[in-house]
Amino acid sequence: MTLAEILASLFPEGHDVTVRDGLVSGAGPLSGGRITVIGIDGDTPLGVDGALQLSRCVLDAIRAGDGAPILVAVDSDSQRMSRRDELLGLNECLAHLAKALLLADRSGHPTIGLIYGHSAAGAFIATALATRILAALPGANPSVMDLPSVARVTKLPLDKLEDMAKSTPVFAPGLDNMVATGAVHVVLDPDKPLVDQIRDLIADREPGDARDRLGAERGGRPVARDVARAVIDQARRG
Amino acid sequence: MAGDRAASIDPNALSWYEASARQRVVALVDPGTFQEILPPAERRMSPHLPLFDLPRAFDDGIVVGRATLDGSRILIAAQEGRFMGGAFGEIHGAKLVGLLRAALELKPRAVLILFDTGGVRLQEANAGETAIAETMRAIVDVRAAGIPVIGLIGGRAGCYGGGGLIAGTCSRLAVSEGGRISVSGPEVIETNKGAEEFDSRDRALVWRTMGGKHRRLTGGADAFCADTVPAFRQAALALIGRAPAFDRDTLEAEQARLEDRLARFGDCRDATDVWRRLGVNDPEAVPAMDTDAFDATVARVREADHDAR
Repeated sequence: MTLAEILASLFPEGHDVTVRDGLVSGAGPLSGGRITVIGIDGDTPLGVDGALQLSRCVLDAIRAGDGAPILVAVDSDSQRMSRRDELLGLNECLAHLAKALLLADRSGHPTIGLIYGHSAAGAFIATALATRILAALPGANPSVMDLPSVARVTKLPLDKLEDMAKSTPVFAPGLDNMVATGAVHVVLDPDKPLVDQIRDLIADREPGDARDRLGAERGGRPVARDVARAVIDQARRG
Repeated sequence: MAGDRAASIDPNALSWYEASARQRVVALVDPGTFQEILPPAERRMSPHLPLFDLPRAFDDGIVVGRATLDGSRILIAAQEGRFMGGAFGEIHGAKLVGLLRAALELKPRAVLILFDTGGVRLQEANAGETAIAETMRAIVDVRAAGIPVIGLIGGRAGCYGGGGLIAGTCSRLAVSEGGRISVSGPEVIETNKGAEEFDSRDRALVWRTMGGKHRRLTGGADAFCADTVPAFRQAALALIGRAPAFDRDTLEAEQARLEDRLARFGDCRDATDVWRRLGVNDPEAVPAMDTDAFDATVARVREADHDAR
């Protein structure tokens, strides 16, 4: 689905969400109230400037204090890779955006990620992965790094990696693998109204971080949950 | 093995940069108080690395545990930069996440994270990336409970990729000259954008752009340390005592601080241009300054100290 199709399915009665320089912001009606929308469109990389524009929108939503949910729609590149971005503290700006989303969720504004295209690395962590519930649409393609780059770094032949990717969700790019690790909670049905599906996700959200439980249940992260629990158990006993 | 060796070394003579993760932890905390959680004897090893014919580590490249620091109970994690570049794999990440979740229950005086990481371990990329997101949420929960989370950065692998984002989530950061904080590493920028954008072999450029001095001068880190354990210990103790709250006021202040930085330095090409605008008299001299001279320089830069993180 394109962003325009998503917004039409979310807001049949209209909205004021706009896209400028690949950055999405605005709001629309939901359940008698409203939902704030931010995001990245068009496979745009996220740099220091964009991160601070999005965090401004999130902090404004928190300041409104109405408990309105925040939807983070993502079709991005990775973080913007440049000397200028690193000189200006990209790590601080991306962390700041993630912290704003985490604060919003703590402050009673449920945060929902919606990945409908690509996303990778720092841009993915600072946006979609900083929401309470991350939903995806079929065709989305989250990744940490594409397989040719993985081949270069790991010095393994690409065809061997492609073979391994079929059976091993833990390293391979793609939506199914991110669902298996628990990073993506749910894949939505594009043929049904998104407004109902998003509303249900907000109503059914659970406290705490469900991702390692989902990763264990789905087999994409077989040991993370047990290791985290073992650490807590031993820390208690010490 | 490493623990025995660490015990026999004078902690004051240890180079932070050269030390192993376990040596750093043992030397940093009060003598004899470190109790490791999931120690190497438990053999919690990556289930994924054998697929790539790669060797595994009994601790998956991270040491976590409890200790006291100046008599106060703390939880502590230290990444081992010499194993897979300190990168986040499934178990590595889960140990850090578990430690932070334990902090919510145990309410230690602080959680210390000794970063030494290139970011996500590509062989376990999806698990590593998800663990980084879980870590950031857990840090926010711990901070919101009033427990400072302090990052110490001075290791061989620096603090790159998702490690840089986690560092930006901490309450306070101490960094040494050798510590580098960045999202994209020099090689990553060069590979994707060319050597004209970033020449990764220009080590002076790397230190100027990502190194501890630039981060300290611009407020990206809150303390600058000599490359010794006592310096990091002293910095950690000082930072624990003045950790900012995690609330809307802090994030509004951080928004203003970072917007101001972009407005003032957004057109700078090089770190020396930024330092000049910050009021540093002789920016060319900064890379060669010793710790005392650099501390004196920092003391004159208003932007270096803040509660906006």
